[in-house]
Amino acid sequence: MTTSLISMLQDPNQKERNLFFKVITNPVGAFSAGMVVVFALLAVFARWLMPYDPTVSDYNAISLDPTPAHIMGTDDLGHDIFSRMILGTQFTLSGALLCVTIALLVGCTLGLLAGYFGGLWDSIGNWLSNILQALPGLVVLLAAAAVLGNNLYLAMSIYGFLLSPAFFRLMFVTVRGVRNELYVDAARVSGLSDFAIITRHVLGVVRAPIVIQSGIVASIAISIQSGLQFLGFGSTDTISWGSLLMDGFANIWNHPVRLIWPSVGLALLLVSIVLFATTLRDELERAGTRIRKSTKKSLVSHRRTEAAEAPIVHIENDRVGEEILSIKNLEIGYLQGQGNYKVVVHDANLSINKGEVVGLVGESGSGKTQTALALLGLLPQGGTILGGTIEFEGVDLATIKSKEFDKLRGRRISYIPQEPMSNLDPSFTIGSQMVEPLRVVMGLSKVEAKARALELLGMVGLPNPEKTFRSYPHEISGGQAQRVLIAKALSCGPDLIIADEPTTALDVTIQAEILDVLRNLQKRTGVAILLVTHNFGVVADLCDRVAVMQNGRVIESGGIYDIFDNAQHSYTRELLGAILDENGPAREAYELEVKAGN
Amino acid sequence: MTEKLLDVRNLEVTYHGKKLGKEGFKALKGVSIDIRPGETVGLVGESGCGKTTLGRAILGLAPVTGGELLFEGKDIAHANRAQRKEIARDMQVVFQDPFTSLNPSMSIEQILSEPLRAQGVSASEAQSRVRELLDAVALPSDAGQRRAKEFSGGQRQRIAIARALALNPKLIVADEPVSALDLSTSARVLDLFLEIQKRTGVAYLFISHDLAVVRHVSHRVAVMFGGEIVEWGNGDQVTSNPQHDYSKRLMMASPVPHPRLQAERRRQREALLAAQTQEAR
Repeated sequence: MTTSLISMLQDPNQKERNLFFKVITNPVGAFSAGMVVVFALLAVFARWLMPYDPTVSDYNAISLDPTPAHIMGTDDLGHDIFSRMILGTQFTLSGALLCVTIALLVGCTLGLLAGYFGGLWDSIGNWLSNILQALPGLVVLLAAAAVLGNNLYLAMSIYGFLLSPAFFRLMFVTVRGVRNELYVDAARVSGLSDFAIITRHVLGVVRAPIVIQSGIVASIAISIQSGLQFLGFGSTDTISWGSLLMDGFANIWNHPVRLIWPSVGLALLLVSIVLFATTLRDELERAGTRIRKSTKKSLVSHRRTEAAEAPIVHIENDRVGEEILSIKNLEIGYLQGQGNYKVVVHDANLSINKGEVVGLVGESGSGKTQTALALLGLLPQGGTILGGTIEFEGVDLATIKSKEFDKLRGRRISYIPQEPMSNLDPSFTIGSQMVEPLRVVMGLSKVEAKARALELLGMVGLPNPEKTFRSYPHEISGGQAQRVLIAKALSCGPDLIIADEPTTALDVTIQAEILDVLRNLQKRTGVAILLVTHNFGVVADLCDRVAVMQNGRVIESGGIYDIFDNAQHSYTRELLGAILDENGPAREAYELEVKAGN
Repeated sequence: MTEKLLDVRNLEVTYHGKKLGKEGFKALKGVSIDIRPGETVGLVGESGCGKTTLGRAILGLAPVTGGELLFEGKDIAHANRAQRKEIARDMQVVFQDPFTSLNPSMSIEQILSEPLRAQGVSASEAQSRVRELLDAVALPSDAGQRRAKEFSGGQRQRIAIARALALNPKLIVADEPVSALDLSTSARVLDLFLEIQKRTGVAYLFISHDLAVVRHVSHRVAVMFGGEIVEWGNGDQVTSNPQHDYSKRLMMASPVPHPRLQAERRRQREALLAAQTQEAR
């Protein structure tokens, strides 16, 4: 049932045709695929393509250099080298095919079982793979030849086993990754059998890395095989590129040209195989992304619409302090493929005074994070400020050079990120990560910097600063890590802190503590904070003023009470209306609902 | 109608490490909870408290090491694959992350028909059911041909809900289904959950860290802390007047979206914390 189900849903014919077409239209793909096909045809039709019988000696043509009759020349016994090259393809390719097939079968099967089922399979697979990897390949091959006889196909089969860990490892790691995906869990909950889950969800993900690994293993097999023959392994009657290579090397002084043919053949074959595998992999992976690009384009046209309503700016007469940051008509865009920009922030206006906490609120895609990153000069690759000004104490951050930005960033403007853990380097202690910027930026001595770091850690409410100072990031909790990052942001005595969703990754109880820390420190130091968040509760807790963003525009801004009690813009009202009020009515009790239902 | 659909008794889940002799991590320490047909039971707590593990244990995705798990009177704690397939008809799941819970390389139609085909529904029947499902979660009917990555977070969560509904289950375990979504999107998805329940009579185990969300959708609420249920009862009661120390802290910690009310909440929270530390001494 499962197979019919897959064929019904996936229509493999259509997919294959598309894939073939894609590989052929790619120039590298066309070249490499063409070469691989040529070599394969040579191997299959060798018998008919050879101009001479490669085993018959022509005593009138011994050790010839290339002539029109023998385009690659002849060897010491008068064999035509061109014919031997063609016949050699047969053995070179079949040996490699045998080796890759065995490695694939053994490695992938074990990897799949070990990765998917774990437990005993995991132990057996890893144990075997470790042993195989510990064995020295060439020595094993030579020993096997001594015991089992001098047969190259046998040697390539054994080498296939020895190479199987290359597939095992890859398969094991990939399958284990896929297995933990939620969609595999969902499939298990739906009652799919293991076989169906593997064929539908797992194989699609592993095929691309396996393709490229096969290319690499095939080239290793070909090289090893030639190397073995070069060492004189295998019967001398076997005609292959390796034996031609040995012959060429033996005559390197009198007939250097003989070395060229097998070398060029090997190089061309190896390059084609690896390039072909790479292109195939790329095209397999690209299957999805092409669609994605086209949908993004449709989004661009959506987003470019004009603002439906004029932005609303509440007049605030009670603001104190002088202006520290003023954003005017800011426009941020990302360079798209065809040289046009996808605008993510249009016409944003925002002002922050000294000592103010301003909330920048919006949903995902509203441009709030882009605005914050522009303030730090940290827009990702392709992001550019297309227009407007960001005035910070008389300097326009939109136009200054990155070197000048370095003087401001981390000194006058600092940053508290959303994910505390990923913003601490796991291989250094908290202490060294705090001391380093203090020494570089503030020019403190080692002792002074440590004292200051401990003071800061105490300020953010860490109960045992000394202990935290000595800890590595994995030894502290997420809440503690966020406190450390707040301490780091404060360390240079900044005028403005940009906090990008500083509590979103934390539990509610921890969030409340972090908000307390931020509030107390803000009161103590008088630093201005731009708080980027989607959570109106956090805004209500901390902010003096609020700016609401939608589709890249600041659509309403004003004092905190203006926004919460007197929102004018329809979108702001919609957002506030969407908040679930915990003081509102709870759900009716089950018994009542059931009664009403009956 | 008052019979229990799901009855969890003293459930224990222990994750064993790889090392021999080392005691495993007890994620659930004897949890008891029950769900009636058509009821929503909310489960709140912070990360690592075991709420997700409870959901996974019920779904057969976590190793049950003790206690009982009765679904319609039958113990499913150690159900095998074939029995699981039976249960799959009645019990489904909606995960938190709408980005990893849908296979990116499959079309929506393939995703939605997967549970149907697994239960032996014919291809043509599955196709018409997929159209119904898309309609039920208010997605355009041409959505079936597209892939998950073409949809926004809210739309993806609708697809995940549609997949859960495919087999007309009696219970859906919803693990933080709206916490990855934007405010207005999340409100619409919650409404969809409620509307589906009214229409189909499905029961939910609704797992969330957000008290307000749980209060909005649940008939009864359980608060979890450290692998145990510390408070369990009427939803309104637990979310507005909690009794256990931890539940109180949890409620006081969630900020109220208004500056004046939040300032008041903050004072209450400080008083509560002071009182609780006093008590601890």
